[in-house]
Amino acid sequence: MTTELKIDIAQEQERVKKQIAEQGLRVLVCTGTGCIANGSLKVIDKFKELGVNVSALTDYDKMTIVPTGCHGFCEQGVLVIIPELHTAYVKVKESDVEEIYNEHIVGGKPVERLLYVDPNTHEHVHKSEEINFYAKQVRTALENCGHINAECLDEAISVHAYEALSNVLRENNPDKVIEEIEKSGLRGRGGGGFPTGSKWRFTAANKGGKSYVVCNGDEGDPGAFMDRSVMEGDPHKLLEGMAIAGFAVGADEAYIYVRAEYPLAIKRLRIAIEQAEKAGYLGQNIMGSDFSFTIHIKEGAGAFVCGEETALIASIEGERGMPRPKPPFPANKGLFGRPTLINNVETLANVPVIMRKGADWFAQMGTEKSKGTKTFALTGEVNNTGLIEVPMGTTLRQIIFDIGGGIRGGKKFKAAQIGGPSGGCLTEEHLDLPMDYDSLRSVGAMVGSGGLVVMAEDTCIVEVARFFMNFTQHESCGKCVPCREGTKNMLKILERIVRGDGKMEDLDTLEELAHAVNDGSLCGLGKTAPNPVLSTLKYFRDEYIAHIKDKKCPAGVCTALKSYTINPELCRGCSKCARNCPAEAIHGELKSPYKIDQSKCIKCGACVAGCPFKAIEQS
Amino acid sequence: MGKMIINGKECEFTDESNILEVIRKHGFNVPTFCYRPDLKDNFGACRMCVVEIEGRGIQSSCTMPPQDGLVINTNSARVRRIRKTVLELLLANHDRECTTCDKSGTCELQKYAEEYGIKDVSKYSQRKEFKPIDTTNPSIVRDSNKCILCGACVRACDSYHGLQVLGFANRGANTVVQPMAGRHLSTSECVYCGQCAAVCPTGALTIKSQVDKVWKELTDPNKKVVVQFAPSVRVAIGEMFGLEPGVNSTKKINAALKAIGFDLVFDTNFSADLTIMEEANEFAERVTKGGKLPMFTSCCPAWVRYLETEHPEMLEHLSSCKSPQGMMGAVIKKYVPEYYEDITDENLVSVSIMPCTAKKAEAIRKQFRRKDGTYEIDYVLTTQEFGRLIKSAGVDFRTIEGIEPDSPFGKYSGAGTIFGVSGGVAEAAARTAYQMVTGEELTDVVISPMRGTHKEKIVELDLKGTKIKVKIVNTLREAERCIREIQEGKADYQLLEVMACPGGCINGGGQPQSCNDLSIREKRAEGLYEDDATGEWRKSHENPEIKELYAKHLEKPGSHTAHELLHTTYTDKWTKLYKNVGNK
Repeated sequence: MTTELKIDIAQEQERVKKQIAEQGLRVLVCTGTGCIANGSLKVIDKFKELGVNVSALTDYDKMTIVPTGCHGFCEQGVLVIIPELHTAYVKVKESDVEEIYNEHIVGGKPVERLLYVDPNTHEHVHKSEEINFYAKQVRTALENCGHINAECLDEAISVHAYEALSNVLRENNPDKVIEEIEKSGLRGRGGGGFPTGSKWRFTAANKGGKSYVVCNGDEGDPGAFMDRSVMEGDPHKLLEGMAIAGFAVGADEAYIYVRAEYPLAIKRLRIAIEQAEKAGYLGQNIMGSDFSFTIHIKEGAGAFVCGEETALIASIEGERGMPRPKPPFPANKGLFGRPTLINNVETLANVPVIMRKGADWFAQMGTEKSKGTKTFALTGEVNNTGLIEVPMGTTLRQIIFDIGGGIRGGKKFKAAQIGGPSGGCLTEEHLDLPMDYDSLRSVGAMVGSGGLVVMAEDTCIVEVARFFMNFTQHESCGKCVPCREGTKNMLKILERIVRGDGKMEDLDTLEELAHAVNDGSLCGLGKTAPNPVLSTLKYFRDEYIAHIKDKKCPAGVCTALKSYTINPELCRGCSKCARNCPAEAIHGELKSPYKIDQSKCIKCGACVAGCPFKAIEQS
Repeated sequence: MGKMIINGKECEFTDESNILEVIRKHGFNVPTFCYRPDLKDNFGACRMCVVEIEGRGIQSSCTMPPQDGLVINTNSARVRRIRKTVLELLLANHDRECTTCDKSGTCELQKYAEEYGIKDVSKYSQRKEFKPIDTTNPSIVRDSNKCILCGACVRACDSYHGLQVLGFANRGANTVVQPMAGRHLSTSECVYCGQCAAVCPTGALTIKSQVDKVWKELTDPNKKVVVQFAPSVRVAIGEMFGLEPGVNSTKKINAALKAIGFDLVFDTNFSADLTIMEEANEFAERVTKGGKLPMFTSCCPAWVRYLETEHPEMLEHLSSCKSPQGMMGAVIKKYVPEYYEDITDENLVSVSIMPCTAKKAEAIRKQFRRKDGTYEIDYVLTTQEFGRLIKSAGVDFRTIEGIEPDSPFGKYSGAGTIFGVSGGVAEAAARTAYQMVTGEELTDVVISPMRGTHKEKIVELDLKGTKIKVKIVNTLREAERCIREIQEGKADYQLLEVMACPGGCINGGGQPQSCNDLSIREKRAEGLYEDDATGEWRKSHENPEIKELYAKHLEKPGSHTAHELLHTTYTDKWTKLYKNVGNK
């Protein structure tokens, strides 16, 4: 039995289409956190100031500056896209705006120097869709990020917001929604990769009393920002996904748990919730149906462990964010002891698209067991860093070399850390591995939330392991012994090794501990904390041994293992190094070779940087 | 209901809430630190109870619900490795100064380290920073260097009392359990009940001992040391000497105390009878003369402290009677010199042996201070400390021949002895109140709805037409509910009996540790009810020594002398405790 709705979404879409057509020349300026930091708000003001006269100087009636969410290509910010002129400008500053306006908008001639330059071909690229970084992507969760004004409900409706919800409510068949999600093969995008449809079904099985939907927006992996991008760039999509989930599992109340470090995401979500409630897309009797759904925002205080679902629930309840054992699973006993569906932002952002375009459309992307697309936060030693979305199963090579534009400075690829502090490292032998849940797990890594740090030959892998272990140790909630004490001891050992004080037995202890922490910890944080150590030990054991036995850091990174010497054949005795040395460790007589006193040297490298004859060598 | 395979043996389960209980029921054991059967909060932190379940991998048995068909191995290589690593890591970070630790011999960390043969933890990072021991609290000593962060204390305080005296702070390896904002335990809302120490597996929380001070008095030839011991002590002390819980050791205790060198041995059961005389009278007066109702019992010092610190606005409800310890202290100091020629105000030392740590704090209340600056009770030992006293005196408790107590404050009725169990005060009061109100003797003295260690009981009594409703609760969390009920006008009872410890004094914070076995408190309760059933008198007003005390000294319950000696006042401690924290 279908339900008559009071809001006709098709009519709404017609209305907003007309509105947008009346906007004249649309100039999209990114106002994601990264671009704001680069001055995008000033760019917008300048455009607005100039745009006043646009009808007098051009054929356009007016010019509308659209502050959008994140485009993903943050390192090239501020990004300015003018769709009608088929042009994307990068690294735009306030001072560039006048030139763009005068030369291109008025004069019709693109400003070449502000176009993206392909790092490999060195050619200027005009259209954003022709930039390799974008060209090889397939966007589902991020489809509207960077294309709409995130603070405007009408713009969201113009790109199908609430269309899927409208269909779902009209059909009024929660079970069918769950079936569709099951059929799509969508799996949790927050790290675990648990089939989303099954999770919904388990929660729906407890229908009857009070149930909750919780959206996990406590994005904590260092470098990952896909969830933030969705919340900042397309908040209505998330709200719609949550409402559909709530309808499917029989929940009428929901929480979005967002870290307080995301003030812009929180602001835009609040605006979006208010707009949606006012327009009847959220709140009581949504669109005139029997379904009511209210969404609250809970600001997290920034503990990494609160991304773990049971700790997140504890945190919403006002308790210290410490994970609870499972079973009971949240689907049976979650928030305030009630059945709770908890999904991550990206997962929920996929839902409206699946419901609108169909499970089959979604399932045709990806691999056999990992369907759809996945976002990755690509950082490290690649030419193009930023947020990308690709079909599941895309290889690491495609990501690093096609989208990422290869390794910076022509250096050699060494490894990629995937899945943040819970993940593992991938090496050259994995470049053609399809990036999906099961393939990654089979090599000791994981998709995780999609953090992807690319490392070149000059990265010390032991130091990387130490960095992540330091992170997990400090973010451990301290509840269970293996995680609290185990990671502490693993960290101490890694610190010893990078300091040059490691012993070969340390490697055995490290492995023993890694297995005990993995087996014995209470929650996912602890269970996965040893992954970076285990996988680097597996693929780069030689490097560990070099640190321990030879007291050498092959990548030349670990300060304690560096030593500087002056090549007497190249040194002309100019004394510059001695004058530059802050530790007074270099002595000699003018015009004869200088010497470094190793006991005084603090390995700062100031001498190397200043030597005009390249006489100082590092080993 | 169902069956599981544990270590190859088919094991039935019924209503156990987790597989650990099933494992233990069937004669197996896995070690635990954080699991306490009374704290049903699914904590699962220490990871010692992990087992391997076919198809489910490693699970903590204390949090895993039983399920038909599970195949469980409690000793697989994987789980033993986890347990051993956990032990090694805990020990490496532990202050391993075991011989001088209060918990040496009863420490669970020590016990499992021994069982698992941990001999060397030098490969792990050792504790380097030793924090000062917090001895500011009158009842509890906190040594954070011994803490293994199992959280049992945090959960006990919260789940029993709704208090957060202790909590987790910081993250990672810096995580600690501490009072709010790292303050001292003395500046917290601690009610001194000692349940945190009662569930602590190590020496991190221990009872503040006065054993040495008592020894000093005992060995001083110029001192006359008079002792009283509380109802619950008699059914628990035997456990420290291999006797069954609940075995009544009253006469052995009398003998042991004499053997140790106490000059006079009295029984707090006597003053429990005295409390009933005064409290029943006070209650009858409040009912007939329109005093504040419901009246709250005042025997439990943790409850009194809770009201003073959290609900000073409710103090009028509290009976003005001192606790049995307080009454006995006053009686001893005032009248013993009259009965015994060699005992004077100057040489008399008053010691009490209590199941309770809060009694230590009660003894030093300003209201219990005499004009000469001394206190009515000079020292309070817990049952645990008493056990240690017996051991170090070289007294063989198991074989010692029992004797009678001294007079004139050694005899007691069954009503006095059941004070030790939740509901006992109310039952005892009812026996005497019946007589006071109706003028007739109650024939059927057992009021079974008042019995049982569960947390809440409501009983209606018919005193020949006068209907009285009594509510009995244990734990302050339940008491807090009652306070809300009263404040919201929903309370229809006239008497509220509160014991802070779960089950009453039998399970007090000073009793021999029993937190892993819930049946122990039941057995202790049975022991007291048995004592009641087999005693010579069952009503407080029948106790001949009570009659004598009133006849010779106090005249009648509620008399002027009785008031001066046996009643007390209360103070608002909320302002002092919270004045720097904000407004209520």
